[in-house]
Amino acid sequence: MMLIPCPWCGPRDEAEFHYGGQAHVAYPADPAALSDAEWARYLFFRDNPKGPFAERWSHAAGCRRWFNVVRDTATNEIHAVYRAGGQRPVSP
Amino acid sequence: MMGERPSPPARFEPVADGDLRIAEVSFLTQVNLRLDPGDPAAGDIGRALGVPLPTEPGTYGSADVDVLWLGPDEWLIVGEPGRERDLETRLRTAAGTGHVAVTDVSAQRTTLLVAGPKARDLLAHGCALDLHPRVFGPGRCAQTMLARAQVLLVARDGDEFLVLVRPSFAGYLVAWLLDAAAEHLSGQPG
Amino acid sequence: MTRQPFRRDGHRGETLRFRFDGRDYEGYRGDTLASALLANGVRAVATSVRLGRPRGVFAAWTEEPNALVQIEHPFPEPMLQATTVELYDGLVARGLPGKGRLSGEADPARHDGVYAHCDVLVVGAGPAGLSAALSAAGSGARVVLADDRPVPGGSLPDTAETVDGLPGAEWAAAALAELDGHPEVRVLARTGVLGYYDDNYLVAVERRGERASSRERLWRIRARRVVLATGAHERSVAFAGNDRPGVMLASAARAYVNRYGVLPGRRAVVFTANDSAYAAARDLTAAGVEVAAVVDVRRGGGRSWDGSEVLAGHLVTGVDGQDGVSSVTVSPDPRGGLAGDREIEADLLLVSGGWNPVVHLFGQAGGRLRYDERLGALLPAATRQAVEVAGAARGLSTLGRCLADGAAAGARAAEAAGFRAGRRSAARAEDVAAALAEHVWLVPAADYRGHFVDLQRDVTVADVMRATRAGLRSVEHVKRYTTAGTAHDQGKTSGLLTSGVVAHLLEVDVAELGTTTFRAPYVPVSFATLAGRDRGALHDPVRVTPLHGWHVARGALFENVGQWKRPRYYPRAGEDMRAAVLRECAAVRRGAGAMDVSTLGKIDLQGPDAAELLDRLYTAMMSTLPVGAIRYGVMCQPDGTVFDDGTVTRLAEDRFLATTTTGNAAAVLDWMEEWLQTEWPSLRVYCTSVTEQWATVALAGPGSRAVLAGLAPGLAVDGESFPFMTWREARVAGIEARVCRISFSGELAYEINVSAWDGLALWEAVQGSGAVTPYGTETMHVLRAEKGYPIVGQDTDGTVTPADLGLGWVLSGKKADYVGKRSHARPGDLRPDRKHLVGLLPDDPDRLLPEGAHLVATARLPEPPVPALGHVTSSYRSAALGRTFALALVSGGRERVGDRLYVPVGAEQVPVTVTRHVLYDPEGARRDG
Repeated sequence: MMLIPCPWCGPRDEAEFHYGGQAHVAYPADPAALSDAEWARYLFFRDNPKGPFAERWSHAAGCRRWFNVVRDTATNEIHAVYRAGGQRPVSP
Repeated sequence: MMGERPSPPARFEPVADGDLRIAEVSFLTQVNLRLDPGDPAAGDIGRALGVPLPTEPGTYGSADVDVLWLGPDEWLIVGEPGRERDLETRLRTAAGTGHVAVTDVSAQRTTLLVAGPKARDLLAHGCALDLHPRVFGPGRCAQTMLARAQVLLVARDGDEFLVLVRPSFAGYLVAWLLDAAAEHLSGQPG
Repeated sequence: MTRQPFRRDGHRGETLRFRFDGRDYEGYRGDTLASALLANGVRAVATSVRLGRPRGVFAAWTEEPNALVQIEHPFPEPMLQATTVELYDGLVARGLPGKGRLSGEADPARHDGVYAHCDVLVVGAGPAGLSAALSAAGSGARVVLADDRPVPGGSLPDTAETVDGLPGAEWAAAALAELDGHPEVRVLARTGVLGYYDDNYLVAVERRGERASSRERLWRIRARRVVLATGAHERSVAFAGNDRPGVMLASAARAYVNRYGVLPGRRAVVFTANDSAYAAARDLTAAGVEVAAVVDVRRGGGRSWDGSEVLAGHLVTGVDGQDGVSSVTVSPDPRGGLAGDREIEADLLLVSGGWNPVVHLFGQAGGRLRYDERLGALLPAATRQAVEVAGAARGLSTLGRCLADGAAAGARAAEAAGFRAGRRSAARAEDVAAALAEHVWLVPAADYRGHFVDLQRDVTVADVMRATRAGLRSVEHVKRYTTAGTAHDQGKTSGLLTSGVVAHLLEVDVAELGTTTFRAPYVPVSFATLAGRDRGALHDPVRVTPLHGWHVARGALFENVGQWKRPRYYPRAGEDMRAAVLRECAAVRRGAGAMDVSTLGKIDLQGPDAAELLDRLYTAMMSTLPVGAIRYGVMCQPDGTVFDDGTVTRLAEDRFLATTTTGNAAAVLDWMEEWLQTEWPSLRVYCTSVTEQWATVALAGPGSRAVLAGLAPGLAVDGESFPFMTWREARVAGIEARVCRISFSGELAYEINVSAWDGLALWEAVQGSGAVTPYGTETMHVLRAEKGYPIVGQDTDGTVTPADLGLGWVLSGKKADYVGKRSHARPGDLRPDRKHLVGLLPDDPDRLLPEGAHLVATARLPEPPVPALGHVTSSYRSAALGRTFALALVSGGRERVGDRLYVPVGAEQVPVTVTRHVLYDPEGARRDG
């Protein structure tokens, strides 16, 4: 059971959160301008690294805020937590 | 033919043991408030309520109502029964033209009182939060899980907790609480 | 004379009676079932799982691989280790042939769970653990000390060593009493930590017994720092006959004489590669066991020993005796050049192949281990978790060093958690210097079929050889090939031995091989304990509406929709479901019916950009909706598939109420918040759930207008004053209400919303009008299906678009975008063979198709693979149509209207005709009554 530091509520059990997949995949500004291949890339392609990964979480059972986490997918170590819309901190 | 209010959602025989009390506190006024705490309206609303909107997560302030922090732009105002109209009007007037959402949610949650020296032990059967008085003492509140129900937990003076829960879950949660409470009642095996 | 022939002289206690394998015995309070059996001379306790060989007690605590028992009374429980079952009066048990059986009887016991938090969690109350807890407690830190034994001290009661001049057990009891006096210390006895998870989250099981409020309690402990003082397990050596009853770990024999006052045999041979077994030999001798010989692998032997003969540089090469050791064959190590086997009569063979620090929890925590050549053991190395390992668990072998190490670790942990540890001198004990141990994994032989590596899984060196000869090099692969280490004991005595044997066979270093991955649970745990209170009626929350009591009182039968209980139908006397639903359907189509629809999700949206948000999330244009009007809406995922549907009501220029399906209420609110917070934070709109603020009654049928008029005399209900898809505020039955003219049945209908507190009063008033039939979800499903209205989640799955459902009219062409729009232009969404929602009429009007059944084109099933055209999503009997019908998703379905298709049901091909999906009142004539 990971302990995820909600930027608002502080550390809470993983069970209080919903996972939201890879962070920083913006909804395209003008989907109609994209080719089918470009749109498919937005819909279906995500990174799957072993190691640090910037991903979105929502504190579903708490303050209901979405935020970003850099988590090591191999060890579950959380390197950084930052608010939605924020820049991913530099390394790791 | 405005009928009598029906019986409270949870409807159970209250527990009044030496070390543990469990009861339902029905029909409290609850108004949900959303706004950016940086909006000038926030100050006006705080003055109208008699207590500033708390901005420290997981805390609440009290005047003739309690103002509970739910999120960075969300509060729950809790008052005595029957004050929905009064509070809504007060909040809307104070909000002026600001971007503020005021929603009467009085029937959206019912309230259980869990109190006494064994209250923390009882809640710890189903709540993953650290309820130690140093961590979750009077003045703290938290949205979290109790057993398998989402709750808003409020710590008050004197080992007293309010558990605000959706009425649809109240029957489940009370059955769970009573089952977990059995060992904490006098004369029962520990 | 005692009736326990192997009880040590002078050992007495409260007598407890028990039955094992059908025979009655006596033991003492404080015994385990294993010690009581040994006291009574019971040697073969169980039979092995694969080979059916008799097996005896091998260890004295959780590392026991052999002595598995089934408890029959007072409650049935399978697969327990006799070495950990505390004896109680009236216990009935029997030995197991390797596998237990679950009881068919319901278990009346309660199991529960507790969350706990602490600054320092100490696992293990042996010398190191107690020392750690004492020094951490002195700092004022919140300390939890968890220990799986009933009494503190770890190995101290086994070894009878002294600490601070006191017998070890007495020192431990005093330490525990001191800890109990700290207000911020919680001591959990009989509590075994079985899992170590992310971020110092540990799970432990407390055995509380039959008289407690719960038999077992699951502790979920979040600790800022952890001290693992889990001790060490002795390991065996692979030699011929090492599984015979009477072969026992030396440390276990020592525990039986010292802790339990039991003689595990009369005449013993000791087989060792290190000095610790000498202490066991000394204690056994003192207890009256004759030690016939010490067989020491080391050519120089061990420390001074004034007992019997020491056979240095010798090995045990054979054990005789079918149901128990009768003699031991000893041979010189062939490497020493000596010759001449000796057979020594004995009923007990003590073995010590060395010590394995208990690093299981450390390994579970993600810690790396390293092999220490000198100790012949895996030791904890690096970890990212906030954990200290102390004492024998990190390879320390003497009592004095373990005491000091624990005290230092406890102080470090408290300080790391932000407390100042006081100066407290560690407890002291005499340290005896030991000669260097040797590491012997197996005794060479011509035939390895009797050299057991894993006693529980019946894995021998011969089995391991078969694995390595098959080319396996990794211990993980050998484990899976041979099953060594996969039993209840998690390889406690066999894991490293397996690695050692594999290393020997492959002629590589053990360090190179390592060991298999440690996984939870460290000790077996019952599912009942893991479930705790989440069983029976509390298994999952049951959600009910404010009207629930009325439904129950009227005999409604319920349907589960998510966690909600919704009335499915209200049978009258003598009615089955079919009759009740046909009656309810007819009542709505001909008169008036009422349904509790309070479970629908409701979201209050406020703010100047609320309309803009709705335009982006719903496929239809919502911003053009006038105040006072209502519009049906569908939400799609970005991939274009249907996510949810419902209505949008405009309450004011900047305020809307959106409804969702019952099951998706939370998901839709989360969805709106997700888009607002992560994609469009500049939109000024707030979403608030009001699902349970309102109770909602659907009033449907041509008679509904008259019913409403009677209940709301102040409301103009004629079609012109109150048109379809609008709402009005009114007093209904004297209650403030919002009345919406919407219909999910095709009939004239209203949804009346009141405060949830007033829901029951409204419902009773509606029922009291005398003209209204209560109906349930089944009737609602039939009525909507007759109209071809899909139910999200029943007629859709994750592949269905609005166009597939015949809902092309809700897709706005005017908006530049809505979530899902771009996908609706992808080639895949435009294919003519997409599955469309269509109606099906079975040729036999009484034939009810099974939902989920497939559709094929031919009257005879072709050879597989059978091309399936789609499947039945909804199927009912219709009162209005006077026949059965179904909805189905069919490839190119709209082009197949009029076609004959077939539904394979069992061996039968049921013929059906494809129709449009709207089967009843396709012109919509009934909508206005």
